[in-house]
Amino acid sequence: MSSPRPLEIHAHATSNLRFIRETMERASTFTAVPGWGGALMGLVALAACGLCQVVTPSLWLSVWLGCGMLSLSIGTLAIVEKCRRRGTPLDSPGARRFALGFAPPLVAGAVLTAAFVSFGLERFVPGLWLLLYGTGVVTGGTFSVRIVPLMGICFQVLGAVALFAPASYGNLLMGAGFGLVHIAFGVVIARRHGG
Amino acid sequence: MGALKKQILARPEGASETAARSAPDLDRVIHERVRLGILSALAANTTMTFSELKALLEITDGNLSVHARKLEDAGYVVCHKSFENRLPRSEYRLTPPGKEAFERYLAHMEAIVDAMKTSLRK
Repeated sequence: MSSPRPLEIHAHATSNLRFIRETMERASTFTAVPGWGGALMGLVALAACGLCQVVTPSLWLSVWLGCGMLSLSIGTLAIVEKCRRRGTPLDSPGARRFALGFAPPLVAGAVLTAAFVSFGLERFVPGLWLLLYGTGVVTGGTFSVRIVPLMGICFQVLGAVALFAPASYGNLLMGAGFGLVHIAFGVVIARRHGG
Repeated sequence: MGALKKQILARPEGASETAARSAPDLDRVIHERVRLGILSALAANTTMTFSELKALLEITDGNLSVHARKLEDAGYVVCHKSFENRLPRSEYRLTPPGKEAFERYLAHMEAIVDAMKTSLRK
């Protein structure tokens, strides 16, 4: 029996190193992104959008703030449930990196919202929310499955549009982003990544 | 563990010729795809559950059990069994000897690659 040639050994070593690197990269990925939870958040946003069309215009911010709180709770519960189902610790390195990437733009958004409201710049809030939520999804999604940052980019595009569109489009653009984008990507994530 | 990961993700090649000359014989416990996958995953994460490893490596329960047991027998990983919501939970962790063996194996692979690059340049 002939011994393996140096080139074969070299190819095998290269392949092993690539396998190690890819496995380590995949092991660091946060996969417990809530698909169905995201779709449910989208339905809540569509309801908020519809509600804003019928209530007094001055109440739109309160309606969307309520929607945001509810969606945050739904998203958190959905992540906890998905982690529990998959046997993934909530404090896994992937989850921590996802949270650290996702949270800062949201905190910045909360502070900027307070500033915008106090200076009478509410019309820019829809664009601000979509843009910063999208930024959080992109940065957090860097440590998750590939579709997540793509979803974030959709939010960012809608946010940029909302910032320059007439104020009356704000509610509809938030409905399109927080509603339709969440539902569309949520269903895909649920189907491809286990719920 | 962070430094080890950085070393691998950032720069897989670069082991010295000295390493090539002094590289020990291949560790047969590690030199198998599934077991190498388990060690690589545990080098990137402090702990991983049985379910996580199974999903990551896309293998069956039985296959993972067999290979994880071999790594346990070699003292390269430890398994902590517990119950969560009445469901059994097995959590794996790399041991210090396991980390050393993994680093040694990496150095060996890098040395082979570097040695070949050097010989091709000559």
